[in-house]
Amino acid sequence: MALNLESVGRSFTSDRTYLVGREKVREFARAVGETADVCHDLAAAKAAGFSDLVAPTTFSIAITLEIMGDAATSPEVGLNWSRVVHGDQRFKFERPIVAGDELTVMTTIEEIKAIAGNHMITLRGDVFASDKSLIAQVWTGLVERGEAA
Amino acid sequence: MTNVEVGLELPEIKVNFKRSDLVQYAGASGDFNIIHWNERTALAVGLPGVIAHGMLTMGQAINVVTRWAGSPANIVDYSVRFTRPVVVPDDDNGVEVVFNAKVSAVNEDGTIKIDINAVFDGKTVLGKAFAIVRL
Repeated sequence: MALNLESVGRSFTSDRTYLVGREKVREFARAVGETADVCHDLAAAKAAGFSDLVAPTTFSIAITLEIMGDAATSPEVGLNWSRVVHGDQRFKFERPIVAGDELTVMTTIEEIKAIAGNHMITLRGDVFASDKSLIAQVWTGLVERGEAA
Repeated sequence: MTNVEVGLELPEIKVNFKRSDLVQYAGASGDFNIIHWNERTALAVGLPGVIAHGMLTMGQAINVVTRWAGSPANIVDYSVRFTRPVVVPDDDNGVEVVFNAKVSAVNEDGTIKIDINAVFDGKTVLGKAFAIVRL
């Protein structure tokens, strides 16, 4: 199966919600070496004006990669996950993600292009809070390696 | 923070990557791709060995900026390209990745653009890596 060029511009909603857990924020922060007080110490986070611990910058990948991957590997898009290499990644924030947020993700297929026998697909994930306000946008660029010639 | 100027270099960070760090990141992120912990599989798909998650390198790289700026809450935009893998051997020493950053623009809206460099084995592993920060 090949990538479906006609899927460019299509959006996929997911009915999954992700509750950002306080201990998950701490666990992720430890794993990426983020030592900021607001990621570990509830009192420090509240003193800084946040309702709970602040998630590290790249935290949302723990939510978006799977949901966006599900959209990209759906029959309508046709990405072959076993041949995928992560090409690029971007996070753009309207506000920080904090513990207690209940997040949903809408995935849009932004671009598919062929480069030297491979395909590059750019996915955008819009990350929403439970009140439907946009928190962040996440772009993931994946390279689907072509079959060996 | 009124005197941030283009060219300002942020304090360098050196991070040691061991196999156990990859396993820890796999658990924290939910990315259990086998090439990040199993040598046999990594070699079979043509890699030089077990490689770090690109997202682990990206996650560590931004610490150069957040330690200077204060916290992740100061980051409004962050992007990278993954240009080379960080190969992590099965030993007790691990490998070192060095992260540097430099202010490349002070924008009219008050945000600051910071270019980030990540070096492993003498070569950069992230391309076009930068963050937009609001202090």
